[in-house]
Amino acid sequence: MYKVKVYVTLRESVLDPQGTAVKGALHSLSYTEVKDVRIGKFMELVIEKSDRDLDEMVRDMCEKLLSNPVIEDYRYEIEEAVAR
Amino acid sequence: MKFAVIVFPGSNCDVDMYHAVADELGEEVEYVWHDEENLDRFDAILLPGGFSYGDYLRSGAIARFSKVMAAVKQAAEAGKPVLGVCNGFQILLEAGLLPGAMRRNQGLKFICRPVQLVVENNETMFTSAYDKGEVITIPIAHGEGNYYCDEQTLKRLVENRQIVFRYHGENPNGSLAEIAGIVNERGNVLGMMPHPERAVDALLGSADGLKLFRSIVNYWRETHVVTA
Amino acid sequence: MSLLLEPSAAMVKEQKLYREMGLTDEEFARIEAMLGRLPNYTETGIFAVMWSEHCSYKNSKPVLKKFPTDGPHVLQGPGEGAGIVDIGDGLAVAFKIESHNHPSAIEPYQGAATGVGGIIRDVFSMGARPIALLNSLRFGELTSPRVNYLFEHVVAGIAGYGNCVGIPTVGGEVQFDPAYEGNPLVNAMCVGIIRHEDIQRGIATGVGNTVMYVGAKTGRDGIHGATFASEELSEQSEAKRPAVQVGDPFMEKLLLEACLEAVKSDALVGIQDMGAAGLTSSSAEMASKGGFGIEMNLDLVPQREAGMTPYEMMLSESQERMLLVVKQGREDEIAAIFAKYGLEAKAIGKVTDDRMLRLFFHGEVVAEIPVDALAKDAPVYHKPSAEPAYYREFQAMPPYIPHIEDYNQTLLGLLAQPTIASKEWVYDQYDYMVRTNTVVAPGSDAAVVRIRGTNKALALTTDCNSRYVYLDPETGGKIAVAEAARNVVCSGAKPLAITDCLNFGSPEKPDIFWQLEKAVDGMSEACRALETPVVSGNVSLYNETNGEAVYPTPVVGMVGLIEDLSHITTQSFKQTGDLIYVIGEAKPEFGGSELQKFLEGRIFGKAPEIDLKVEASRQRQLLAAIRAGVVASAHDVAEGGLAVALAECVMGGASGLGAKVTIRGDLISELFSETQSRFVVSVKKEHQEAFEQLVEAKRIGEVTDDGTFTVNGEQGETIIRLSVDDLRNVWKGAIPCLLKSKD
Repeated sequence: MYKVKVYVTLRESVLDPQGTAVKGALHSLSYTEVKDVRIGKFMELVIEKSDRDLDEMVRDMCEKLLSNPVIEDYRYEIEEAVAR
Repeated sequence: MKFAVIVFPGSNCDVDMYHAVADELGEEVEYVWHDEENLDRFDAILLPGGFSYGDYLRSGAIARFSKVMAAVKQAAEAGKPVLGVCNGFQILLEAGLLPGAMRRNQGLKFICRPVQLVVENNETMFTSAYDKGEVITIPIAHGEGNYYCDEQTLKRLVENRQIVFRYHGENPNGSLAEIAGIVNERGNVLGMMPHPERAVDALLGSADGLKLFRSIVNYWRETHVVTA
Repeated sequence: MSLLLEPSAAMVKEQKLYREMGLTDEEFARIEAMLGRLPNYTETGIFAVMWSEHCSYKNSKPVLKKFPTDGPHVLQGPGEGAGIVDIGDGLAVAFKIESHNHPSAIEPYQGAATGVGGIIRDVFSMGARPIALLNSLRFGELTSPRVNYLFEHVVAGIAGYGNCVGIPTVGGEVQFDPAYEGNPLVNAMCVGIIRHEDIQRGIATGVGNTVMYVGAKTGRDGIHGATFASEELSEQSEAKRPAVQVGDPFMEKLLLEACLEAVKSDALVGIQDMGAAGLTSSSAEMASKGGFGIEMNLDLVPQREAGMTPYEMMLSESQERMLLVVKQGREDEIAAIFAKYGLEAKAIGKVTDDRMLRLFFHGEVVAEIPVDALAKDAPVYHKPSAEPAYYREFQAMPPYIPHIEDYNQTLLGLLAQPTIASKEWVYDQYDYMVRTNTVVAPGSDAAVVRIRGTNKALALTTDCNSRYVYLDPETGGKIAVAEAARNVVCSGAKPLAITDCLNFGSPEKPDIFWQLEKAVDGMSEACRALETPVVSGNVSLYNETNGEAVYPTPVVGMVGLIEDLSHITTQSFKQTGDLIYVIGEAKPEFGGSELQKFLEGRIFGKAPEIDLKVEASRQRQLLAAIRAGVVASAHDVAEGGLAVALAECVMGGASGLGAKVTIRGDLISELFSETQSRFVVSVKKEHQEAFEQLVEAKRIGEVTDDGTFTVNGEQGETIIRLSVDDLRNVWKGAIPCLLKSKD
């Protein structure tokens, strides 16, 4: 078993209305040091071992469904899940 | 002429689309469940608004993998009119039938209200019954209608006159270049956030959407000479 | 039972563990006597939720009996998911209102969202197609970040759920008062349309018939939500956060479509929402109503989490679940309907003839309780009632006479009061148009939704001025019903029936119980006078924070029938030259008025009087005039009095319209008193004679094209003169401005 953590965020070039609002809120709470906020999605997949190449599979999933390449970037981390 | 209204799990403007065609246009129309694989018997395909698959992950992201979407692609390739409204537009974007993507509204809130649109291009099969530059009132109802595409795409959209509707006056959702609706290069796939099917009866405030549906019928009649 | 790390039956009794679940010592003794043995932990939990006020109405039942519930057009009165009223053409309207106050105070988005979800299920469980949602909201003043947070998130939750399911949110009301600071009210109403022959009931009959579970899986969410709703809010409430459920409107939409398909099948015997107290209340109530028993194998219950105990499964309030009773041998037909929507209908038990609720878990019987002990035979309390000192004090006060120097500023000030100000900020977030039947959108007196396939429409409203109810519960109760009827009549409809949501403080306090009794007395009298029986409703008690009760708030949800689409009328002025009339005279009544609150910062004195005969007669006259086609616009005079009503009529009109009226008599009373049973009507000149023959009304002015709102005195002197654009800016800007200023 693997645990895969997928992070999806809006691309740098794309205005993030939620992030902008949160940045404003942080500033009004006096955290003026905050220069940027990007809001994204975090997904945790538990994947069984199989013959397929895991990296390739996860990349495919990200590009096909989990992110929208037009506006979003993704990255992921693979961990071997410890058997309980 | 026969219309298909595609119903995805979570579609909720399917009824509105159906009645606009059946009651106001007087044309044949049928609901088509998302697992249908063949749309050959239809002359035009309507993708209604709503929250397909709850809009979970991203609006339209899951619906685009429905079986019926392959048939919708075929219909588009065959040159049939394909209209996606609101969630239907989002699905067309996710499916790559139209360029660009949707972001959350700039104000971060769902907005439901009648807005004014300018008909930017009246030389499409969806807009021929409008005048160029005509200002029409059509309602919007969405939380993610903030259209985005990169600069080259926008340039192409402008050059090819693919921007069909723009918001007039106030831009309600922050949409790039005030875009409210676009067509594909071939001009037979239209995606728009405003709901023309909600504007087909003056009793409910506006009948400005009716011309859009009439344009589709006119186009079909012109291209299908009916022999008695 | 060895698997469960639960206290034994003896421990439940000895350590009085039932108290934590909300049962009293007397109630526990009664359970022991009913069973003839000690209840185990699971059984105790089941009794506790079923005997909570939320499920049993044990404190309010004797009061609720006073409501008139019959009428020739009533097809289903209180006691089912929703009330049902005939509207002709073989059609009927099903509707109900319900509170979700406590969950919303803790987690406003999900609390409000799941409140909407629950009331939708109540309506479609009757077999009705939901066509409209309304909501009645109360918050503290928009001056604290917490209140603003609650307000914004409750509205977002209502929008998030209703918009996704695709049922238009067409109306409702929002009011603000410090009395609701810690305990907001979130009442949601759903209205559905049904053919007479499709009416379903939540009933389990036929020995051997199958009990099926559909919808979302059961998790540990919302355990003891029903008992939680029956307690006061306190500092500890925050810690009870896990009790709040999370809604899944997508699941609801699938469930809705599948259930409406299933009710067309004669394989279905009964259907009920798993609302408060989930699996427990749905199974026990269905069996008790049917006169049968139910046996369920809890191992078969679809579970979201591992290791759930019978106690947790029976008390879970996971959302979007329904319980069905299906004819034996025809389970597959029903399962196939649900499968189309990707849902599993799972057989988990059967109907028995022994009137017992019997639960199996891992092969053992884990609960065995007579169903009637849980439902019909739940305790009923006659709580002591006492007239509160504040009431006597208010009644003894001399009439409050306000003093006004600047009428322009007073009117602008009133329009900026959040309770009066435009609620556009709210309803802009609701999809009020989906299903394309909304003829009158939010913002007029009542919402109007046409009934497709007919020439009819429904007028829908929710109303309650709780300030009046607080000052004088009986009068305030009458006014709540009368005002709802006024709104419905102004839209061109005949009032049909009401649903009510009684939001009160703790019934353990004689003062509060007195408020409840008196308010219900007043409402009942008005319902009789206006021929609008109570067909469904909900009670929400214990609306208190740290011992302080909210204002008594009996919200009235009313449905009216518009016989012909041409009768549909709105409040806004239509055309230059139309004549403006007022129906009803003003008296110096300012107790509980918006003006009093505005000038004094609090309310006191007597509530305005109401004569129900006069009310009924004026409503009849106005409706007759509307039906005769001689009324251009109609609006009731409510908060803020005539000046505000006139301003609302003119602000709602097309850009450029104005109004000019002349006021005779005592200016402050005429313009700002909240004397009841009054209307502002505009009439085309050519209809003047016909209108005056039908309605006793006073002509006060006319609609103009100068974009100005002008009020002159008897001598022609200017009392108020303001540009309509300025009025509109103040009125529309007030709420967004208050929300922004928090940063």
